[in-house]
Amino acid sequence: MDAVKKTRAAHHHIEEVFTPFPVHGLDKAMGLAPTRIAICAFIYGLVGLSFGTWMMDYIMIQDWPQDIGGKPSMSYIQNMPAFVPVMFEETVFFAAHLMVITFYMRSRLWPFKVAENPDVRTTDDHFLMEVSINNNEEDLISFLKSTGAVEVKSIEKHG
Amino acid sequence: MYTFSSKLKTFSIILMIIGILGIAYGFLTTPDTIQEVEALEAKSHGEHNGGHEIAKHEAVHEVVEAVKNETTPVVDSIKPTTENSEVVVKDSSSHEVVSTVVAHTEIVKKEEHKVDEHAAHQKHLEHQLHQLQNKPWAALYVPMIFILLLSMGTLAFYAIQQVAQAGWSPVLFRVMQGITAYLPVASVIFFVFLVLTGLHVFETNHLFAWMQEGITDSKSEHYDKIITGKSEYLNFPFWIIRAVIFLIGWNLYRHFSRKNCLAQDEASDNTFYKKNFNISAMFLVFFIVTESISSWDWIMSLDPHWSSTLFGWYVFASFFVSGITTICMVTLYLKNNGYLENVNTSHIHDLAKFMFGISVFWTYLWFSQFMLIWYANIPEEVTYFKTRIDVYTLPFWGAVAMNFVFPLLILINTDFKRISWVLTMAGVVILLGHYVDFFNMIMPATVGENWFIGISEICSLLFFVGLFIFVVFTALTKSPLLPKRNPFIEESKHFHY
Repeated sequence: MDAVKKTRAAHHHIEEVFTPFPVHGLDKAMGLAPTRIAICAFIYGLVGLSFGTWMMDYIMIQDWPQDIGGKPSMSYIQNMPAFVPVMFEETVFFAAHLMVITFYMRSRLWPFKVAENPDVRTTDDHFLMEVSINNNEEDLISFLKSTGAVEVKSIEKHG
Repeated sequence: MYTFSSKLKTFSIILMIIGILGIAYGFLTTPDTIQEVEALEAKSHGEHNGGHEIAKHEAVHEVVEAVKNETTPVVDSIKPTTENSEVVVKDSSSHEVVSTVVAHTEIVKKEEHKVDEHAAHQKHLEHQLHQLQNKPWAALYVPMIFILLLSMGTLAFYAIQQVAQAGWSPVLFRVMQGITAYLPVASVIFFVFLVLTGLHVFETNHLFAWMQEGITDSKSEHYDKIITGKSEYLNFPFWIIRAVIFLIGWNLYRHFSRKNCLAQDEASDNTFYKKNFNISAMFLVFFIVTESISSWDWIMSLDPHWSSTLFGWYVFASFFVSGITTICMVTLYLKNNGYLENVNTSHIHDLAKFMFGISVFWTYLWFSQFMLIWYANIPEEVTYFKTRIDVYTLPFWGAVAMNFVFPLLILINTDFKRISWVLTMAGVVILLGHYVDFFNMIMPATVGENWFIGISEICSLLFFVGLFIFVVFTALTKSPLLPKRNPFIEESKHFHY
């Protein structure tokens, strides 16, 4: 955290930070924009609600309005309470699943994806901060060492 | 230390004075005799061109009567027609239903020449008189029990926070204790009211139908077999003893919890904190049992022919969310006046999350109760909702809008949960919504179709709100607003979400 703050203060651009577990407040320290996934979920929920409403209305009221056990099938509102469980579940189903899929797509996660791990130890007990070099290798390495780094490596990336 | 601002004090006193005047007005304008009711009806008959409104009233009334009273000959003949129109009753336009019922009724009346219309009319007037006489009493009863239970909701929340060892809430403990200071005052008023009602001190007060004289006597004209069957539970001595036990139990917890909390400030170890933990846990067990029973006693027994298993939970959810909302409102008020330096927007945010969550919980129970009864449509249960939907259409659905739709859309946003004015607005709507919820539970059983939110209702509410503000803010001046030696107080001061 300290190193991230110092690096930001020194105006070095942080490419990426790798941690073995969530670090509370790291996104704030890095200055990342807040996520908008909750807004997505809300919209997906509305879609689910509309879908549930439309489906029950079409099937139970418009297409084949039968008298099933005396339930009033003359209009949607009359039989609404019976549809609420469906509408609720559709809302939750759409909001949850579409949100998860959105998350996978935005963070580019899928089965058989090749792991983008610069150092295997970062999944266990090491934290890694990636800073790009712009013709100032010496300065940058000494700066990073001063922030309390255990190990500073200069590598060339391809692709 | 908090000082009671003189402005707020004057405000609360003004509320109480207006309240008392309005309550008195309500009682003075209540009709005393059947003749007065007749005159009133004749008057409103003239006002509503052609008496359409009255026809509607009477039709609805007779349907209700039909269900209640199976001995009257008129009713016997109407009964089959009423059942036929049951199917139509589901129709969204109640207007149509009513007119069919009226039409049927008229046909039946023409056919049955023997029917003694005069006797039926007298019966109707007597019924009307009882409901009109109940009106100011019920108007008083609704805010009385609502704000009493609201402070109980706060107390339950407080006990939960103690037992859960919540790290965020200790800075709010004194605010909660201030709100629950209303409990002893409210308990006394409420208890006196119950005794007056049960002993029939006032002729005009017949809120609880099962208390009526002769109701368990098979020779009496008031005899009711169903109520007689329940009379081992629903009888005045047992009922009032239960009320004593509940109120004393709740007040004892509130008294000792506060005492221990203040003693903990001066102590050198955590003995008092541990004591509070233990009594809170015991209180919660006691509370959940007594809360259920008291909701049957004080609210469900107003409709003694009806019962519902999740009613206790439903009432609990209603006043629990009101209690949390009140904590939030009082906290915001004190914070904005600079008395709670350790309370930050994260604390407020947490309270708002509780308001949101428990509002949804209330809706869940409301809907579960409604949908189960609507779905099965068993006649003896469904009349409860039928009266409410037909006669209390706006308050019935309005409560759902105010207690669910509004908080759902406002409080779902994280940023909004930190903005004072948004929360104040949501809080006011939630509190009013739960007042309406209690109104819906109590009024249909006591005043029936004669309901109206007029001077009696508003002024009774103003009186109890004024009293509440006066008692609560006086109590807040009695002790520092920050507990000193609570083991979680440091964590709470630095709480950040």
